[in-house]
Amino acid sequence: MRAGLSPADRLRLGALGLTARKGRAALSALGVAIGITAMVAVLGFSESSRADLNAQLDALGTNLLVVEPGQDLMGDDATLPETSVEMIARVPTVRSTAATYAVDATVRKSDRVPAAQTSGVVVAAAGPGLDAAVSAELRAGRWLDAATSDYPAVVLGATAARRLAIGPLDDGVRVWLDGQWFAVVGVLEPLVLAPELDAAALIGTGVAQQLYGDGDDLPPTTVYTRVDTDQVAATRALLARTANPSSPSEVRVSRPSDALEAQAAADKSLTTLTLGLGAVALLVGAVGIANVMVISVLERRREIGVRRALGATRAGIGSQFLTESVLLSLLGGLIGGALGVALTTAYAVHQDWGVVLPWQPVLAGLGCSLLVGTVVGLYPALRAASVPPTEALRSI
Amino acid sequence: MTAQAGRALQLSGVTRTYGTGSAALTVLHGIDLTVGEGEYVAVVGPSGSGKSTLLNIVGALDRPTTGRVLLAGEDLTTQSDARLSRLRGTHLGFVFQQFFLLDRRSALENVGDGLLYQGVRRAERRRRAAEALRRVGLGARLDHTPAELSGGECQRVAVARALVHRPRVLLADEPTGNLDSASGRAVLELFDLLHAEGATIVVVTHDESIAARIPRVVAMRDGRIESDLHHGAAV
Ligand SMILES: Nc1ncnc2c1ncn2[C@@H]1O[C@H](COP(=O)(O)OP(=O)(O)O)[C@@H](O)[C@H]1O
Ligand SMILES: [Mg+2]
Repeated sequence: MRAGLSPADRLRLGALGLTARKGRAALSALGVAIGITAMVAVLGFSESSRADLNAQLDALGTNLLVVEPGQDLMGDDATLPETSVEMIARVPTVRSTAATYAVDATVRKSDRVPAAQTSGVVVAAAGPGLDAAVSAELRAGRWLDAATSDYPAVVLGATAARRLAIGPLDDGVRVWLDGQWFAVVGVLEPLVLAPELDAAALIGTGVAQQLYGDGDDLPPTTVYTRVDTDQVAATRALLARTANPSSPSEVRVSRPSDALEAQAAADKSLTTLTLGLGAVALLVGAVGIANVMVISVLERRREIGVRRALGATRAGIGSQFLTESVLLSLLGGLIGGALGVALTTAYAVHQDWGVVLPWQPVLAGLGCSLLVGTVVGLYPALRAASVPPTEALRSI
Repeated sequence: MTAQAGRALQLSGVTRTYGTGSAALTVLHGIDLTVGEGEYVAVVGPSGSGKSTLLNIVGALDRPTTGRVLLAGEDLTTQSDARLSRLRGTHLGFVFQQFFLLDRRSALENVGDGLLYQGVRRAERRRRAAEALRRVGLGARLDHTPAELSGGECQRVAVARALVHRPRVLLADEPTGNLDSASGRAVLELFDLLHAEGATIVVVTHDESIAARIPRVVAMRDGRIESDLHHGAAV
């Protein structure tokens, strides 16, 4: 075997046709570029949003289990036994528990608002540690503490605060709760893991007991449980029986982080649609490149003949045109990858997400364009290789 | 000075038929021809007599329908495409009537392509191409493209490309056909020089005045060799 062309020479030869016809090359690479842009951007978007969700879940934790009453055999709403919080707290893999307790009360902005107009804000008592259990963050003010728990003080969820038109917490913001003024001491940010509390007005268990306890302990509505991170599934299986040993089927146990992930997965239909459009653009681009390559072979018969006379084999001619086709497609892929990354970055910045460079989509896009260039380049390359040198050099 | 050394070329019973069946056209009829190492041969004859066909077969660009072709003792008719390509790239140099330079490429790059398929690296190609261009008197035109050169200069670039890899045999098909007489003479003087250095040269021409200065003249008519004359000082 002779020493063949060096890779650099192969690339140079392949690039020859492109540099000679720059405008045409750019146009035919455009289709591929559009297709790859769409693919990279769409995959980049979903990767960024996924990374954002993961970062959120990392911060919030995926070890929160929520225990709620389900329904009894008759289909009526069940309740959790009063002892359930204590029982759950005794499970060895449970790190902490905190509960909310239903309170039969309504809340209004003031006593002048008609009693029927509750704006859908529910009142509940928040057990100690609830803020930590649901990773609550305060937008303003502070959480209920030992000092405020026994007094008429309330912390509002984000939605509740909006519905009650609560502005800045200057001194003396109050709400009218079941015939009595309660001081608003805090307003929460929206709760990602416990969105059901966004529309709640939370009061201390002490004051709730005084006003609504009827001597008995209040029944827990929902028990928020943080468990050992590596024991979530095992613990989850135990909790229903622990909370209500006599009728475990009346207890619902859920893991809010699962629901968030499922929701992210559900957003995929749009992704699939856009990916499909990208694939169509890629196909159009592929046809464009094939077309340009076939024309190129026809136009360059003379060059083919000369190169054959100078010692090029059939395979050598074929590989020159195949390289040209691959370079053309890769050019489109590179442009598309760069545009896709730019779009993804711009979108992530706009959404206030962390910027994640979509490496995998970019690599996949380049791989796609490599494949496209190879597949559509094969036929023109074969045609170029099969031109007989005497035909190509026919002197007329 | 007749070459005794070896045979550069040997054709025996070579025919070439284009097409098949009723459309078949035989343009070479049993050609026997031997060219010694270092010989300088003109092939003359009227248009359509088969000169180019013969030259293409000798140059391994085409295969005979029947017969044998030996190039430096190697039978071309049994070789693979890859082997024939290699022989073209190493043993043979071609000069065509229409120059066949690549547009948009400089003289240096055009000549350098004469070494490309031997696997010569780029820097070496450029060095040797510049040297070949200086030999043909175009040392000051290295970076000019064919469009920026006269016809005579283009043909000299083509000659430089044909000799840059030092082939044993130079094949030229009507090399002066597109040139004025002064430029044509300049090209023929290059051939004389190469011949003096020992290259085997076969020139197809229909110009009697060119044939007259070449030591051996093979005349063709209707696909046959009509005469094969050694004359002049060379005999
Ligand atoms: N590829 C081809 N197919 C059919 N006929 C051809 C082909 N090439 C050459 N010929 C015919 O062969 C004959 C000889 O052609 P050629 O060798 O070019 O002659 P010359 O070079 O002496 O003018 C001509 O009649 C020409 O038409
Ligand atoms: Mg001819």
